Amino acid sequence: MTEYEAVIGLEVHVQLKTKTKAFCGCSTEFGKEPNTQVCPICLGFPGVLPVLNRTALDYAIKVALALNCKIHSPTKFDRKNYFYPDLPKNYQISQYDLPLSYDGFLDIDLDGKDKHIRIRRVHLEEDAGKLIHKESTSLVDFNRAGIPLLEIVSEPDINSPEEAYQYLVTLKSIIQYLDVSDCDMEKGSLRCDANISLRKKNTIEFGTKIELKNMNSFKAVKDALTYEIERQKSLLSKNKAIVQETRFWDTKELKTFPMRTKEEAMDYRYFPDPDLPMFIITQEKIQQIRESIPELPREKIQRFIKDYGLSLYVAKILVSSKKDADFAESCLKAYPNKDKKTLVNWLIGPLLQEANTRGCGLADLGITPQGLNELLGFVEKELISNLVAKSVLTEIIEKHKSAATIIQEGNLIQISDTESLEKIAKKVIQENPRSVQDYKGGKNNAIMFLVGQVMKKSQGKANPKIAQELLKRLLNE
Amino acid sequence: MGIDKETVKYVANLARIELRDEELKRLSEQLKQIIDFIDKLKLLDIKDVEPTSHILPMSNVLRDDQPRESLPISKTLECAPAKEENFFLVPKVIE
Ligand SMILES: [Zn+2]
Repeated sequence: MTEYEAVIGLEVHVQLKTKTKAFCGCSTEFGKEPNTQVCPICLGFPGVLPVLNRTALDYAIKVALALNCKIHSPTKFDRKNYFYPDLPKNYQISQYDLPLSYDGFLDIDLDGKDKHIRIRRVHLEEDAGKLIHKESTSLVDFNRAGIPLLEIVSEPDINSPEEAYQYLVTLKSIIQYLDVSDCDMEKGSLRCDANISLRKKNTIEFGTKIELKNMNSFKAVKDALTYEIERQKSLLSKNKAIVQETRFWDTKELKTFPMRTKEEAMDYRYFPDPDLPMFIITQEKIQQIRESIPELPREKIQRFIKDYGLSLYVAKILVSSKKDADFAESCLKAYPNKDKKTLVNWLIGPLLQEANTRGCGLADLGITPQGLNELLGFVEKELISNLVAKSVLTEIIEKHKSAATIIQEGNLIQISDTESLEKIAKKVIQENPRSVQDYKGGKNNAIMFLVGQVMKKSQGKANPKIAQELLKRLLNE
Repeated sequence: MGIDKETVKYVANLARIELRDEELKRLSEQLKQIIDFIDKLKLLDIKDVEPTSHILPMSNVLRDDQPRESLPISKTLECAPAKEENFFLVPKVIE
């Protein structure tokens, strides 16, 4: 059987989180009443003049630099002409032959091995409106029309659905670190199209390219590519030709289907937009933006491993978002012990669990590094068990109280924590053989001495009654 | 450069303009004249002229990211040929 290799390129669109649209001052706020954030410019009325949003350009340069791209200066905008009801001007302001940036790369991690994915270009354009399809009509909302959009095009260096997935995860995390987009696929602030072809292994000739659309999650991208590889393989094995076409991913059927398109190939008749003069991006500007780029996930992972002795696995979890990484680092710094194991286990264990159930990040739980340390102090002194500590954690998060207050108010050690009391009781029995002998010899008062010792060891937080019962039970065993 | 009827037909279709046969003929001739006229530029010696990417000698016209009022919805939908609630209404488009 012939072995095939998938050749995949991804085209990602990311909405920049500017306050206003790319070329007009309309708000970009999400979820507003339809057509309330529009004006003559973004509705494409005749005679209006678009003016580029400074912040959108800065954000675009920031992403381009973080993706190791070269910057084109001057760069210009072109009109991409086509008719569609979501496009009020009948052209999209985009970039054609002088895109903002080109020739970059992104390194992705595949089970500890790096792979270099080249980026062909990152350019700036405007978003289209939104269509809602009904029985026989379609409704158009232009609130989204004109929102600044970055198009990030990879070279076809991706060879499996898993690599595509890793590419997207890595790209998203970098863009989120740069704080220039929410990258929320559900809200449509990140969208991804793919093209894929198969070729015989160890050959250089490309097969027929299929364009894939309508994948609304990273998992959908992976699934659609997996499906498409199998479909193409099966056609090729039967000596059937693959037709060059655009196919869409059906999220219900979990299959790809050809899109109904007109026979003629799209002809966008790009030409320079005469309304928008050129943009010169100076070395000083590039330098200034480069300096504003924070430490990115890959570097942070390496530093966390080096500085705090974390494993690659743990470091990767902790840096997944910048906010969480900053929180984790504050905790690591504030934690008094040199061995960070207990803290790390709590961060990626109970804390992450709490965050996941609440659909938020570690940093959003409302617990401070000091608050966490205080709780861990109780655990490490064996004053409360892990189990109790977990419920205390939940309460810290829900009631915004300190661990000490919760433990004190709830009499948690006394009531529910026989587990750690038993530990203390056993220690006390071991350390006081004479009193044990006295008790066993019939001196009932000796038990009170042992209870006292348990109280002392638990810093007064043990319930004397339970301690006494425990001791009696242990001594009678 | 010659411009034949097929080219004009193709361009007209891209621009969603329906042309009758006689219009096709007339426009083909006119477009040919226009293009021939533009072709005269090729006769110029431009070896010492910098390429022009834009007609205006200006660059970096930018605005700050400050929101301003959008149009009131009544105004926005005033010129819509058809509407439904706050939406523009169009014939169904299928991808
Ligand atoms: Zn506007």
